[in-house]
Amino acid sequence: MTALVTHLPFFVAIWVLACGLYGIITSKNLVHLVVCVAVLQSSTYVLLVLVGFREGGAAPVFYDLPLGTLVVDPIVQALMLTDVVVEATVMALLLAMVVRVYERTGVLDPDALLRLRG
Amino acid sequence: MSPRTRRILFYFGAAGLVTILAWGVLGLPAYGQYQGPYGDLVSYAAVQSRHATDVVSAVNFDIRAIDTLGEEFILFTSVMGVVLLLRKRVEPKDVDEAAADVATGREKEPPSNAVRLLCLGLVGVSVLFGLYIVTHGQLTPGGGFQGGVVLATVPLLVYLAADVRVLHQIAPRKLVDAGEALAAGAFIGLGLVAVALQEPFLTNFLPLGTTGRIDSSGTIMAISIVTGIEVGGAFVVLLSSFLAETLERIPEEHRGEP
Repeated sequence: MTALVTHLPFFVAIWVLACGLYGIITSKNLVHLVVCVAVLQSSTYVLLVLVGFREGGAAPVFYDLPLGTLVVDPIVQALMLTDVVVEATVMALLLAMVVRVYERTGVLDPDALLRLRG
Repeated sequence: MSPRTRRILFYFGAAGLVTILAWGVLGLPAYGQYQGPYGDLVSYAAVQSRHATDVVSAVNFDIRAIDTLGEEFILFTSVMGVVLLLRKRVEPKDVDEAAADVATGREKEPPSNAVRLLCLGLVGVSVLFGLYIVTHGQLTPGGGFQGGVVLATVPLLVYLAADVRVLHQIAPRKLVDAGEALAAGAFIGLGLVAVALQEPFLTNFLPLGTTGRIDSSGTIMAISIVTGIEVGGAFVVLLSSFLAETLERIPEEHRGEP
């Protein structure tokens, strides 16, 4: 039980991931679906930031800190940063696809798109 | 598959996935107790041997620079994908004419004075702030990725304050396209200079300068600046592609007419 308490913040990441997945499965609108993919992906930010956190640690910037000060892990923060930018452009690509799908078919419901084929 | 069966199937799959993830997460060190040595080693390496005080930038633009290069090209290709998907199939004869809000079929309401004042007031501040973030990435939190996004908001502010014609004037599409591509190429170019000097790809070859000054850290700063141009350009291309899609679309019955 104590493990559940000490690891509680990590479950936030799992919760956000599950929310995103649920949204993707039950989505009735492609724009909503793209937003759900964004939610799903934000779980990785939560996890990355949490993994590198150290209690009492400062930000890993030694401009005004002496070297050797306790800081949070800079590696995962660097990973998260590029993740954010790449996600933004991937969202743009997905939304552009949605625009074209709507133009071709006139519907945004993913289930209706399945019925249209054939 | 009906939505209902799909949902039931999802519940089973999700239960399994969440269980495995929870199991994995419980094997991690407790929250706040992470003791891995690499973060500290990287901090020393960044400050002592690269003269960069922002370790996050040093990781991105030096220690794992080749991965950042790959990620930058993810960005580059997805922007290319958007441009390809949203390309105009009917070329309007006069872009300026078509740039007005013809899709709505009536005169566009001019933006309110409050919006114009706020947006124009923010333009100068955003340019300055964006340039500061891009150029100080090696010293304080920031760098090319963040600063590029800040700089890309400037054309958006101009669009909100004026209209799309002014946007095309301050950020001509050809210039932005060329700038984005050149900046992406410059990242590889900086890596190849090191190769030409018989060092591994992306090794620093510039003078390191005094730690804590703006001209310190050698290639970290150079790569940060080209990344800033690339990211800013990419977001402006995205912005103008989506605006072109919504604003420059010609109604069906007017196609072919000037």
